Amino acid sequence: MIDVHGVRFSYADRPILNGIDLGVRKGEIVAVMGGSGGGKTTLLGLIAGRLKPDSGSVIVDGFEVPKLGKKELYRLRRRVGMLFQFGALFTDLTVFDNVAFPYREQTDLPEPMIRTLVLMKLEAVGLRGASDLMPAELSGGMARRVALARAVALDPAIMLYDEPFTGLDPISVGIIGRLIKRLNQALGMTSIIVTHDLNETLRLADRVIVLADGKVHRDMVPDHIRETDDAFIRQFADGLPDGPVPFHYSGKDYLTELLGP
Amino acid sequence: MRTTIYAFFEAIGHFFTSRLDQLGLAARFTGSLLLVLWVAIRRTGLIIRELYFSGVRSLLIIAVSGLFVGMVLAVQGYEVLQRYGSAESLGVIVALSLVRELGPVVTALLFAGRASSAVTAEIGLMRATEQLAAMDMMAVDPLSRVIAPRFLAAVVSMPLLAAIFTTAGIFGAWIIGVQLIGIDDGAFWSQMQASVDVRVDVLGGLLKSVVFGTAVGLISVFEGYFAAPTAEGIASATTRTVVTSSLAVLLLDLVLTIMMFRGLS
Repeated sequence: MIDVHGVRFSYADRPILNGIDLGVRKGEIVAVMGGSGGGKTTLLGLIAGRLKPDSGSVIVDGFEVPKLGKKELYRLRRRVGMLFQFGALFTDLTVFDNVAFPYREQTDLPEPMIRTLVLMKLEAVGLRGASDLMPAELSGGMARRVALARAVALDPAIMLYDEPFTGLDPISVGIIGRLIKRLNQALGMTSIIVTHDLNETLRLADRVIVLADGKVHRDMVPDHIRETDDAFIRQFADGLPDGPVPFHYSGKDYLTELLGP
Repeated sequence: MRTTIYAFFEAIGHFFTSRLDQLGLAARFTGSLLLVLWVAIRRTGLIIRELYFSGVRSLLIIAVSGLFVGMVLAVQGYEVLQRYGSAESLGVIVALSLVRELGPVVTALLFAGRASSAVTAEIGLMRATEQLAAMDMMAVDPLSRVIAPRFLAAVVSMPLLAAIFTTAGIFGAWIIGVQLIGIDDGAFWSQMQASVDVRVDVLGGLLKSVVFGTAVGLISVFEGYFAAPTAEGIASATTRTVVTSSLAVLLLDLVLTIMMFRGLS
């Protein structure tokens, strides 16, 4: 379903991805983990066609994404949903209108039918009762659920999640996690989740891909992560401040900087 | 010494290349905006919504400002005209300065401060909170859904607001000149009617407004669209909108005035 091959990408002169290879089969939930600034979100941007790789190929649903024109890209994106880190709800629209947005923009459905569909989607995330609220009146977890309802409105074949658990309380994390799993099973979606939340990831994902130094460091099933003695993954899993990912941002030598050359 | 000289030339070079960069960016942005304009123009509901926010909500400040500007013009104009015994020409003086210059220019300046700054901040914040990205991911082009309606609203509302400003100004001048000072009512209106030309003055002023609306609208959406997604970035983008718009309006006014009124007299 998704095939990324030898992709390199850099912002200005700073290399982010140095030849990434990964494949995601239909119906799979794949979690992408790695340190902050490690190129996880960049990877989603490349798959969604929001960024163009310096080299390498990105194939989604049979289409070579970087080569698509705007029109073809938009046609592909109707089948690709994305949940943004903080939901990215339209702040000037109510919850209802936010979820109705994709129907109103992309379909010619009559308003009564849109109403039914929107209420169904909101019911699925448990927020039918909040349909008249404005996004500013929602808690972080509720906003993320509304955004999820909006992202899956057109029943996409592929869902991309950009840190769906960040900044949420444990209950909301559990709810979002269960919703992702259920959507995946009910609609047969293929999902890629970029996340830091190890516990939820291990419960949810079929496969975990760990990025390090702009490359795929490990590609394994969740059970192996708990047991592995790979230094990088242990640092990540146990939350150690220093290890393969250094605590210090690279700079001049400490003594030299304090005392002068 | 040598490095200072290098740094100096580097700074000059950087200044010009970054300006050129900006110019190219603005040109490409304008180009892609024009491309989606014909799609956006059919979404009248969206344009009407923006007309309300930019145009209708600016009515009060425009009308009140117009009234006061007209009143001041009447006081000043009368003071000069009565020295030459032609106080009845007050209507002409006031109407011509309002229709040709003050109406379009002051309206554009007020619009930049009242409406365009808000548009820049709104778009900038939509970008910072990934709302534009989310729209793009839902296969809806933010350029035609968000940017174009706001731009079109500025182009449409500017001449209408300028007309209201001018009307309020003439009314203000009438209150001062005719009601308070006591200039002859008939002379005030008939001289105005005889001297203000519809094609040259009224349409000329209207044309100015449309040009100002295009410039101010373009600047406000451009600054918002490319604002850095931080509090500071949006603040400085909003400031830039007002400053750049005001300067652009004054410069364009000079150019248009020379083109339109040079050959008259």
